[in-house]
Amino acid sequence: MTAAIGRLLLTRFLLSLATLIFVASAVFAITNLLPGDVAQELLGQAATPEAVAGLRTALGLDVPPLQRYIAWLGNLVTGNLGNSLVNGQPVTALIGSRIGNSLLLAAITALVAVPIAIGLGITAAVWRGSLYDRLVGAATVLVVSVPEFLVASTAVLIFAVHLQWVPALSQLGRITGLADVVRVFALPVMTLTFVVVAQMARMTRAALVDVLSSSYVEMARLKGAGPIRIVVWHALPNAIGPIANAVAFSLSFLLGGVIIVETIFSYPGIAKLMVDGVATRDLPLVQACAMLFCGAYLVLVTAADVAAILANPRLRKG
Amino acid sequence: MTTATATRPRRRLRLVRYVAPLIVVGWIAVALGGAAIAPYDPAAIQDADLFEGMSRAYWLGTDFFGRDMLSRIMAGARQTVGIALVATLLAVGTGLLLGLAASAIGGIVDAVLSRMLDALISIPSKLFGLVVVAAFGSSVPVLILTMAIIYVPGCYRMVRSVAVNVAALDFVIAARARGEGTFYIMIREILPNMVSPVLADFGLRFIYVVLLLSSLSFLGLGVQPPAADWGSLVRENIGGLPQGAPAVVMPAFAIASLTIAVNLTIDAFFSGRSRDGVH
Repeated sequence: MTAAIGRLLLTRFLLSLATLIFVASAVFAITNLLPGDVAQELLGQAATPEAVAGLRTALGLDVPPLQRYIAWLGNLVTGNLGNSLVNGQPVTALIGSRIGNSLLLAAITALVAVPIAIGLGITAAVWRGSLYDRLVGAATVLVVSVPEFLVASTAVLIFAVHLQWVPALSQLGRITGLADVVRVFALPVMTLTFVVVAQMARMTRAALVDVLSSSYVEMARLKGAGPIRIVVWHALPNAIGPIANAVAFSLSFLLGGVIIVETIFSYPGIAKLMVDGVATRDLPLVQACAMLFCGAYLVLVTAADVAAILANPRLRKG
Repeated sequence: MTTATATRPRRRLRLVRYVAPLIVVGWIAVALGGAAIAPYDPAAIQDADLFEGMSRAYWLGTDFFGRDMLSRIMAGARQTVGIALVATLLAVGTGLLLGLAASAIGGIVDAVLSRMLDALISIPSKLFGLVVVAAFGSSVPVLILTMAIIYVPGCYRMVRSVAVNVAALDFVIAARARGEGTFYIMIREILPNMVSPVLADFGLRFIYVVLLLSSLSFLGLGVQPPAADWGSLVRENIGGLPQGAPAVVMPAFAIASLTIAVNLTIDAFFSGRSRDGVH
């Protein structure tokens, strides 16, 4: 039983590690083996061939790909991410100055979104088939099938332009009190919350509906247990695993959302840093950011799977 | 996808059955007609203010140059719908062939294909797009290929999971016993029995592709000016957002109307039948 769980968890972690290595290889392959001469790009069309060749040597682009790949993997592990091709600053410093902002945005969003989503999911599951359930269902489908920037611009139109509760564009700048925090984070967090809640509420509802239709819940109902007792006492403890799975998995949607949200609100996080890096084709910066995002994504997806493994009663009781 | 429509009253369902496909067909028609059926030249600067509101002359207002927004959205439909359709066709075509091959051949082919494509899924789609654009720059062929590659694994997974079940049925075993080739079994025996899940999957991938393409364009990394798809239209007019200009939201609404209509069309036509997998 515990040994079985341990073995499953170990397999899962090894699989995640293998995936991470695969992702690193893919990122390296896309950004290196294929055309798109960085040196030429940086110096422009007017550059002399000598100048281009010089820069290629300086950037280490003349070394054979396999050798470069191994060196790059080594550097990745030791945290030496190279220098930006655009301004020459170390990539670690660039990311370091921004990552706190992104984590803060993600943390606030998670704090707001998780309770809302679980609340919506549970209530929709309990009153399934009701008008409320159908409204929640329709609203979540709507948000899921719409681009994030529509959610963001609609939020700006409603809350900044019409109601004028918050300014349209949030500059991080000086934060001197709670009012400033609300001013800066309100719209980005609201947009991200919409995106994440839609997915999470749907999955939470599905998980709980699954449990509520099981025979032991039917039994509890036949014994005359009230609806609240059935949900809180019988259904929820068994749905915690699937719900934790839903939460972790849905949080991975933050990564996609944050790229759009940081851009639209010019929020100084790493997603904005990466998008700017892509526009200037600053490959070391893009590689590092991509690995960071893929790593975060893998952590969340692995956490979702671990929650599912730990919560499986067949494994727990052997 | 969702089964929400299944619980709705019948009359609403019937309405959705007609309205949603009509919107989809309408956008395809606009994409084909393109600038030819637009009220103004989408590139011409009109005798109007920048970011004008909706008026009788300019139904959806004007953009940051004072160009007619409705005409620009109609011209953008060709980019969005066209690129997304080609990318989806490529993705679903490849996924379908690989999935059928995996289920019909089985064994090591199946195992290797499944592992490789599963690994590809572990890269979030937007990130994959960003990395490719950083390496190659952005052009329409690069965009189409990238999005096709991104959505092959999802389609493959779906096709394989359905096809493996079909491949275990008696008539496939009978065909094998008759000595039919693998390709014949894939196309003539398995495929006809999974038409509706594949069509539903096509619609779903199309939605994903439209959303990804719009997102990339919105970030300035998709369709490049002077061409503009709906995502680019949102980006170039984002300065009008604080004034509440329709130029910002209207292209976004166009995207939403397309994706939601496709979603509802799938629901109305395939959600009931996709489960048994028999057309």
